[in-house]
Amino acid sequence: MTLPSPMRIREMVRKEFRQLFRDPRTRAVIFVAPVIQLLMFGYAVNTDIRETATFLIDHDRTLESRKLVDAFRATGYFEVVGRSERPLDLVRALDHGDALVGIEIPKGFARDLAAGGTSIQLILDGAESNSATVAQGYAQRIVQRFALERARQRGALPSGGIELRTRAWYNPNLESRVYNVPAVVGVIIMLMCLLLTSLAVVREREFGTLDQLVVSPLTHQELMLSKTLPVAVVGVIDLTAIALIAVFWFDIPIRGFPPTLFLAALLYILSGLAVGLLISTISRTQQEAFMSMFLFLQPAIILSGFFYPIESMPSVFRWVTLLNPVRHFLEIIRAVFLKGEGLATLWPQYVALAIIAVAVLRLAVARFPKSIAA
Amino acid sequence: MAQPTVVLSDLSRRFRDVEAVDRLTFSVGRGELFGIVGPDGAGKTTTLRMLAGVLRPTGGDARVGGVSVTRDPEGVKRHIAYMSQRFGLYTDLTVRENIDFYADLFRVPADQRARRLERLYQFSGLGPFERRLAGQLSGGMKQKLGLCCALVHEPEIMLLDEPTFGVDPISRRDLWLIVHEMVAAGITVLVATAYLDEAERCDRVAMLHAGQLLALDTPEGFRRRLTGRIQTVRTSAPRQTRDLVAAHPAVQHAVLFGDMLHAILDDPARDWPDVKSRIASAGITILEEAAGEPSLEDVFIHLVTSAPAHA
Repeated sequence: MTLPSPMRIREMVRKEFRQLFRDPRTRAVIFVAPVIQLLMFGYAVNTDIRETATFLIDHDRTLESRKLVDAFRATGYFEVVGRSERPLDLVRALDHGDALVGIEIPKGFARDLAAGGTSIQLILDGAESNSATVAQGYAQRIVQRFALERARQRGALPSGGIELRTRAWYNPNLESRVYNVPAVVGVIIMLMCLLLTSLAVVREREFGTLDQLVVSPLTHQELMLSKTLPVAVVGVIDLTAIALIAVFWFDIPIRGFPPTLFLAALLYILSGLAVGLLISTISRTQQEAFMSMFLFLQPAIILSGFFYPIESMPSVFRWVTLLNPVRHFLEIIRAVFLKGEGLATLWPQYVALAIIAVAVLRLAVARFPKSIAA
Repeated sequence: MAQPTVVLSDLSRRFRDVEAVDRLTFSVGRGELFGIVGPDGAGKTTTLRMLAGVLRPTGGDARVGGVSVTRDPEGVKRHIAYMSQRFGLYTDLTVRENIDFYADLFRVPADQRARRLERLYQFSGLGPFERRLAGQLSGGMKQKLGLCCALVHEPEIMLLDEPTFGVDPISRRDLWLIVHEMVAAGITVLVATAYLDEAERCDRVAMLHAGQLLALDTPEGFRRRLTGRIQTVRTSAPRQTRDLVAAHPAVQHAVLFGDMLHAILDDPARDWPDVKSRIASAGITILEEAAGEPSLEDVFIHLVTSAPAHA
């Protein structure tokens, strides 16, 4: 086997870059789309709830009941959008989606509270399960605090009472953006690597230029290298650009050592290139390449822990996620960004990424020549 | 024949249960313009792809420029240029960028570039379009650019797969001028074509049918193979005329080319009047008639139809 010729690779890479940058649409895909996607995800993917539409039924209408309602409103999480005496109105508001939360304070609330104990009813729109769960958590804390406050005022802190004081480390305000934006960076980079690599090869096949390359002195290794190198460069540039936007625009703290992230990015990009190359070996046309790409990317994102925690997946899927480069990279990027962790704790993820990258690359390299010689 | 530079010996390629190329054996001399003709599916493209070292034979071997395509397919590539039926151009690169890219890939020395480029522009006429994107060229110009790209590394042997496919008549003539230039420059050219009028331009022609070599000869030699003479006739009822003429004992063959009937007769001067009277007595009007030289097309049809059925 002859060694790849750096000169031929240089000529190929030069041609690849020329093609990448010539088409304004491709330029936009490479440099504008990632930024737009980041901005979109940064602003739109927000699982925090604020000013949740709340319908109030206060049968008690006392000072105490108003204080409780004020406690709800003061947090900013709940906004009373309607009130009534009749429970039927609450049902209607929830049915029509006018309110997500209903609070019903029973008659005699103040009296029973003074006498020792009482309860209020919280009704949630379970169809919006994410928001409902979050709202429920807030409501519980508000009621708890309200009760403690009352007890303290009367100087009668229940003996043996435990107060739960919660602190969310790394993301004190539990802002979902801080959690999501680093993950979006990972997903965008994977998308770029898959798209550019697979299309770069498949386009040559569609144009018929691949035939000409095959009869040229260019070897398979040289062809693969010259198809992946430009994408790797674009990937690193994109990563740097959107990471800077994440830090300086979205104020995502970067607590770890940036080169740690860079090393992970290289392994991650390598695995993306490998999958892209593999896709190019099974796709004859650009449409097929697109289809294959989404068949990979969709499950890869769902099983990455981006939106749904891996811990709550059935064990089979938890195992499957170990094969998913996106999962490992998201764990690294979140830990480096938010917790300031480094190789000392994250080495298993690095090793996993490296193994995945090498394994897929080997598979792609093995399949590549056969897919070329049609 | 000059010293052979392309030698096929029992070259075969099987696709599943189809013998696309079946034990082809022939040689092409250095500097020869060699045609491979046959209808679609005859195995022309498969043969050229094997000679280019792109497709592995399933049987036999071929030596191209002295290099075996089975033992050293990569080594073959130094000697040849291969232009596939649809030559792949980078439509998003300019004419000049396309040529430069292939020159770079084949590492054409810098001091020879200018001279070669000038020559290529000279006989392709692409000079004025140097900065145009290849995607915006006409079909004929695209093929010319393909030829330029293939020629930029000055190959010894040029494999052309239907270079004039889908090209207008003017560009077709231009392309053939380029091919003749190449031959004059000492390049051995193997050209596959489905057009038999193009095969007439070749020094020698191999006729392929269903993967097998039907015959190999010079165009002149092929014509001599026909013992009879050609009589062409156009009538008001072409199909009926064909059946009538074919049934006549003096007619070897009668084949329709469009609405023109080509009949092969041993001695038209003696027998044609009788054939004509039969056409007339069937109530068919003769619109046009001529005595002609047999074309390669006549020979080919004759060979195909008189060849023993393939197993």
